[in-house]
Amino acid sequence: MPVELLNIEGLWVRYNAAEVLRQISFRVNSGDYVGIVGPNGSGKSTLIKAALGLVGAESGKITLFGAPLDRFTDWRRIGYLPQRLRFFNPNFPATVEEIVGLGLLAGRRLPRKLTLEDRQTIEKTLELMGITDIRKRIIGELSGGQQQRVLLARAVVGGPELLILDEPTTALDPETRERFYSLLSNLNKEHGATVILVTHDTSSIGTYASRFIYVDKEIIFDGTFDDFCHSEEMTNLFGEYAQHLICHRH
Amino acid sequence: MGIGEILSFGFIQRALIAGTLIAVLCSVLGVFLVLRRLSLIGDGLAHVTFGSVALSLIMGVNPLYVTVAAIPLVMLSSLGILKLTEKARIYGDAAIGIVSSLGIAGGIVLASVAGGFNVDLFSYLFGNILAVGNTDMIIAAILFAVVLLAVTFFYRDLFAITFDEDLAQCSGIRTTTINTVLVLMTALTVVLAMKVVGIMLISALLILPAVSALQVARSFKATIIASCCFAMVSVMIGIFGSFIMNLPTGGFIVLVNFMLFLLAFAWKYMRKSRI
Repeated sequence: MPVELLNIEGLWVRYNAAEVLRQISFRVNSGDYVGIVGPNGSGKSTLIKAALGLVGAESGKITLFGAPLDRFTDWRRIGYLPQRLRFFNPNFPATVEEIVGLGLLAGRRLPRKLTLEDRQTIEKTLELMGITDIRKRIIGELSGGQQQRVLLARAVVGGPELLILDEPTTALDPETRERFYSLLSNLNKEHGATVILVTHDTSSIGTYASRFIYVDKEIIFDGTFDDFCHSEEMTNLFGEYAQHLICHRH
Repeated sequence: MGIGEILSFGFIQRALIAGTLIAVLCSVLGVFLVLRRLSLIGDGLAHVTFGSVALSLIMGVNPLYVTVAAIPLVMLSSLGILKLTEKARIYGDAAIGIVSSLGIAGGIVLASVAGGFNVDLFSYLFGNILAVGNTDMIIAAILFAVVLLAVTFFYRDLFAITFDEDLAQCSGIRTTTINTVLVLMTALTVVLAMKVVGIMLISALLILPAVSALQVARSFKATIIASCCFAMVSVMIGIFGSFIMNLPTGGFIVLVNFMLFLLAFAWKYMRKSRI
């Protein structure tokens, strides 16, 4: 039976006077593969950050794994890949291995030392992501696509139950993007990971995600991709042409 | 004069020991501070120390204990820098600038109000590494042990917040606590080491070895180790060199550090052009 992993009720977020999100409510259960799409500036990334407590909400209730966000401590159950690192310094002197190892800190007691078993887990994750050959390279020397894979490896290395990915494929070439989506699909289907994916790439949402949420400051649509494509309400809202563009790119 | 003969002087031995201990802890803290764009925090907190020492003297604290009396105010100021960057959304360098100018201005005004002090207030800003006494050495050793233990204990957390605070927060790391630990360790180092080696040297040891290490190191751990090595080598060459050439030791150590940075930079440039 599916378990509720994330529940957002009546979320409002404002930056100064500007309203970024209004009255957002949705729930994500175990096993879901949720695609969140919307135009630029629609508040998709803010929604994810608010769900993780990285952005303050004006009002609303957020629970993660049944616990209110401000009391949630079991971070090893969540893997997060941001759209871009807020503090990223291209000269940061850390190797791929060291960065991936950061994904194993959650839930550990200080000084959070890595064990031999952790090293093997890192090894397997590097293999899974196809980045074993660049393990000793400094992150700033890598291409955008390689950096993205390293950060995804950091997000999945701890075997999280809930993966939250914000525009993970922007720096990837089409071939790597396809591999990336199959990998996510595999993590969802074979390893039971729940996925929340924020993206512009509606074609992949249609192919892989079990649920489609269209956000434009508020939730415009929440259902399956097919329902979206056949919804008369959405045709009225977007117009036939725009709906066709979203739905028939895959 | 040979190295053996120079080493036979007690003041050289004390300078080498205290200098090396302070160099190691400044260079370790420096890696985190430089990467977090808080390089100038050493300078800023030294100016606050200057103001705090003036305040202690005006309050009638025995000149022997004014440095210790300055600790709480300097620590509070380091937290002030942190809060300004976090809450007021001011860049780190601007926050340091605010606290720094406030510290030095406060010191000058207090000195003027008191009509001068019996001790030279400016001697607290410019320590002398060759005048290190046994008490200074003990202070340096205790400081070294406390800061190194704290860095070892919080190493992975410090690494995580230095890489990216948001990601660290989503790993359950209390970023505010770790930031607080980092600035408090820096404050303690600045205030206690300042009288021993002088602010010019502390500030240089916080920045230059870390920046040199960033040119050559190929991992985060290696950066910290390289930073320590650069700092230790510069202190040793600086003490021996300045003694032989009869030059000011603090300034000479800073110049050696700069030379090492140039060498590291040249090495990085040559390595890149070979690839």
